[in-house]
Amino acid sequence: MFSFHEDKNEEKLMRKSIIKHALLGLVLVGASSMTLAAASADQIAKGKALYLNKKKGNCIACHMIPDADAKLPGNQGPPLVAMKARFPDPKVLRAQIWDPTVKSPSTIMPPFGRHWILSEDEIDDIVAYLYQY
Amino acid sequence: MKIIKSLLAGASLALVASISQAATSGNTLATVDPEADRSAMQSYFQKRFPQVALSDYVNGIYALDAPSREQWQSIEEFPPYEFDIEEGEALFNKTFANGKSYADCFANGGIGIRQNFPRWDASQGKVVTLELAINQCRKANGEEALGWKKGKIAQISAYMAFTSRDNVFDVQIPNDKAKAAYLDGKQSFYARRGQLNMSCANCHIAGAYIKIRADLPGPTLGHVTHFPVFRSKWGELGTLQRRYGGCQKNVRGVPQKTQGEKFRNLEFFQTYMSNGLVVNGPGARK
Ligand code: HEC
Ligand code: HEC
Repeated sequence: MFSFHEDKNEEKLMRKSIIKHALLGLVLVGASSMTLAAASADQIAKGKALYLNKKKGNCIACHMIPDADAKLPGNQGPPLVAMKARFPDPKVLRAQIWDPTVKSPSTIMPPFGRHWILSEDEIDDIVAYLYQY
Repeated sequence: MKIIKSLLAGASLALVASISQAATSGNTLATVDPEADRSAMQSYFQKRFPQVALSDYVNGIYALDAPSREQWQSIEEFPPYEFDIEEGEALFNKTFANGKSYADCFANGGIGIRQNFPRWDASQGKVVTLELAINQCRKANGEEALGWKKGKIAQISAYMAFTSRDNVFDVQIPNDKAKAAYLDGKQSFYARRGQLNMSCANCHIAGAYIKIRADLPGPTLGHVTHFPVFRSKWGELGTLQRRYGGCQKNVRGVPQKTQGEKFRNLEFFQTYMSNGLVVNGPGARK
């Protein structure tokens, strides 16, 4: 396995976004106290919006989910169904979203937590939403 | 401030990108084998899409996707790039202020030579793309360089491609320096970029012909053969490297420099992969 550093320019951009997140107090790398029972209706609704939002999760670009509002999904990734049965431990599901390259180094799925695409709270919201299916 | 500093240290760790797919031959100058890479790439696609003839890859995503192929074929009945070929021909034949013309800069008067670009230029010690050669010709004759991505340079390139249709791509790697440029292009192709952390290979090898929402990335094989393209989204003609920049922006990255060393090497790699396919530019795309 070989690795390359990205552009200095990109590093600068990422740093900016990281500083922004740090100042917002959203820095809780990898830590979560999320439990299955804790999901509220509010969280689920937020998670759904993030799932569909092109600028945020945009999970719908690659995953079908049996929600009538999630129309015309892409299919790079597997369908997100039977989530409770397949991911009884929310930490495992959360880790997949935070950084899927840990499990699957060559995956196309973006590391939403590691690259600050979503905040820790936003990832929890999406997890809550996924467990509805 | 201290917390920010330690976060920054962590951030550079996060920026270490990894190759998205096992490269076929090596990733060092000693082990890289361009011919092995090329045949592995071609057989990868032939195995994955056995019903598609190798020669059809010059048509990009339309080689694989029947519904969009139909739409595209009806566009090609009245090619949107026809005007650009005519403009390109006129520009190509116009003499410079010093009385010379493009024909004086190229082998065979610039006709039917698209398949030899990009080429390793030993005297300059770098990869020269067709667009770079066009601008070098202008400068050598006292004319101003043209913009890289669209307009006149794309029209001239389109005309030169048009005179080369059906000629077989034949990019050569004559020595170790050229091989190093190939290797650099190969690494760019497999390296992840941007906030979305994706490589060209993620979308154009593993992800080829699989939907990202409504978009269908095409196979990398044949990517270069039909450039420049008239793209409906642009509403005009654009060069290959214009498209490179677009794909890099799509992964929320900072695009690299048009006709800079990185993009020229990437084009060298991509074109070498398509050696054996024919020139069919200019093309039309969505
Ligand atoms: C660009 C494509 C892409 C995007 C965007 C994407 N994924 Fe994925 N996802 C994949 C692929 C491909 C896999 C298959 C496993 C792998 O490669 O790691 C996957 C796997 C998964 C899995 C494991 C599924 C299983 O059955 O094992 C979950 C859960 C998941 N993704 C959730 C998400 C969520 C939530 C989002 C948005 C926040 C998201 N994905 C965005 C491509 C994507
Ligand atoms: C997020 C996915 C994605 C990534 C990453 C990506 N592309 Fe693309 N690319 C696309 C899609 C979708 C298209 C439009 C469909 C097509 O023509 O292949 C496209 C189009 C192209 C085209 C035009 C193809 C044609 O036939 O006209 C080229 C060339 C290209 N990409 C090269 C690259 C290179 C080189 C990289 C890496 C620097 C890259 N792409 C990264 C998704 C991607």
